[in-house]
Amino acid sequence: MTTAVDVAGQVDLRKRSFLQRYPMVRRLLRHKAFVVGAGLFLVISLVAIFADLIAPSDPSRMAVRFRFRPPSAEHWFGTDNLGRSQLSRIVYGARLSLGIGLAVVIMNAVFGVALGAASGYFKRLDNILMRVTDALMAFPPVLLALGIAAALGPSSLTAAIALAAVYIPRTARIVRASVLVVREMEFVQAAMAMGAGNFRILRKHVLPNCLAPLIVQLTFVFAFAVVTEATLSFLGLGSPPPTPTWGNMIAEGRQYIRDAAWITLIPGIALALTVLSLNLLGDGLRDVLDPRLKIAQD
Amino acid sequence: MDMASTPPLLSVRGLRIEFGTDQGPARAVDDLSFDLDAGEVLGIVGESGSGKSVTALSIMGLLPTPPGRVTAGEILFEGEDLLRKSRNDMRKLRGNEISMIFQEPMTSLNPVFTIGDQLTEAVRWHERVSMATARDRAIEMLGKVGIPSPERRLADYPHQLSGGMRQRVMIAMALSCSPKLLLADEPTTALDVTIQAQILDLLRALQEEFRMAVIIITHNLGVVAEFADRVLVMYAGRTVEQASVEGVFDRPSHPYTEGLLASIPDLEADVLRLTAIPGTLPNPHELPPGCRFQPRCGYAREECTAASPPLLAVSPDHFAACIRHNGYRLDGAAAAMAVPGAR
Repeated sequence: MTTAVDVAGQVDLRKRSFLQRYPMVRRLLRHKAFVVGAGLFLVISLVAIFADLIAPSDPSRMAVRFRFRPPSAEHWFGTDNLGRSQLSRIVYGARLSLGIGLAVVIMNAVFGVALGAASGYFKRLDNILMRVTDALMAFPPVLLALGIAAALGPSSLTAAIALAAVYIPRTARIVRASVLVVREMEFVQAAMAMGAGNFRILRKHVLPNCLAPLIVQLTFVFAFAVVTEATLSFLGLGSPPPTPTWGNMIAEGRQYIRDAAWITLIPGIALALTVLSLNLLGDGLRDVLDPRLKIAQD
Repeated sequence: MDMASTPPLLSVRGLRIEFGTDQGPARAVDDLSFDLDAGEVLGIVGESGSGKSVTALSIMGLLPTPPGRVTAGEILFEGEDLLRKSRNDMRKLRGNEISMIFQEPMTSLNPVFTIGDQLTEAVRWHERVSMATARDRAIEMLGKVGIPSPERRLADYPHQLSGGMRQRVMIAMALSCSPKLLLADEPTTALDVTIQAQILDLLRALQEEFRMAVIIITHNLGVVAEFADRVLVMYAGRTVEQASVEGVFDRPSHPYTEGLLASIPDLEADVLRLTAIPGTLPNPHELPPGCRFQPRCGYAREECTAASPPLLAVSPDHFAACIRHNGYRLDGAAAAMAVPGAR
């Protein structure tokens, strides 16, 4: 009898559709801005992943005969001052931008969460860790990233490290704030009363309840990382040319902006669309995940 | 209660708990002593701030430190001082030998995991058993606490259960490793009155089934009358009266207990004004001289301001920290020695 009910219960659970089991997903899909942002971001990601297949030619192949060609059926996004295909460069640039953005997000997720959890949960560490983050946050983000990138020398890796260093303190702050709230909740005390150790409580009871603000923060970190990476490579502190990055493309096209505006305009639009998609996605996630805003809306 | 032969399960001796504040340390609990035998139910009664919850947390080793600190005394559990145990030993004891249930069932379960997950986890913290065994135990415990079709409830999240159901789950979790001692900190305060009665009946039944000792902390004398064998009344961090339930209700011997009992409205009579004890609990930084209850006490005399009275025997098993029964004399307090650990 026990097993019969048991099996029935499990079958019952499977019968419910995916959306019924995860109402959060349903709410997200009803959020228009989220759907637009997520769709756009998905397209951009697919372009970045399948850059090899999409790019019509090698992004660094120069064809002097075809210099300064405006967008046309043959060259969708036109060609630049060296006759390189702008479409290929945009597509490979997307791979680099998103790659660096993703690396920064992952570093943020790992170190930001570790630092934030440590300082929120272990009161003794709090003062030390938070003074260090204060010091890092005292610098304007772009300036600090510039400084670190300049000190380490221009490359994609240093750009990613510089950007991570800028945003990790901010992520740590947000995680710490959530941990401070969650650690005082009764179920944490109840878990302690059941004999759970500190790390288990952090991993199982505190951090899962801090995920919502973290996810939202990470989407914004992604957007900022993409913009700031473009800034760094525009200033010559990201991946050096001829690597196709959006920042490099804007920098190189700058001198021809009067006669061949598409050289700067197209990477600019790509950058804007990427950031827009991430911001829409982040806003949607925040609306759905943040209970305080939800109450305000209902 | 075979007090003479076997040592008590839990023996608190001269416990003093202080909280560091801006105005210096505040004594939340001062010189608290009591014994608890295996299978006995002790009710600790007192108003907010009298030190009862802090006492429970210090037994669990969960006193928030800082600001709280145990500055004197010992807590002997099966003869071993819990205050001297390592963090790791205490962690192994919690949930296994000593369990605790809290006041707020609505927030005492982790919202992001199913109750089955939380119940099996609690079992597996202390016993090396397979997932399937832990699951069977969880189902058995849910059945014991009166949750219908427990197999199906395992997949539920806390928000799918009512407050009473959640408190039942908390009780199931606390009892899943058959603790010898259960600390229940206002377990029914946040519940509806009808649910309160059900939960108390359940606790009583489980206490008898598991033969465990229970300390029930409450400000509700009705709960104590229903559940406890013995009562300890606390006022401003000190024990003011300690006796059997019958003793406290039939012959309250401390004016504070008397006041508490008088504050219960009479169901038979029409009452226009509720009786209350005048005044409020003293600020721990500005304790009155002598007896701490003396400024609010109708029987107070000049002698009461001289010194804080020890627990004096009113009858062999009934103690009150009041010198009125001793003819307002502090001397001749030898009877106090009858309380183990009392001064």
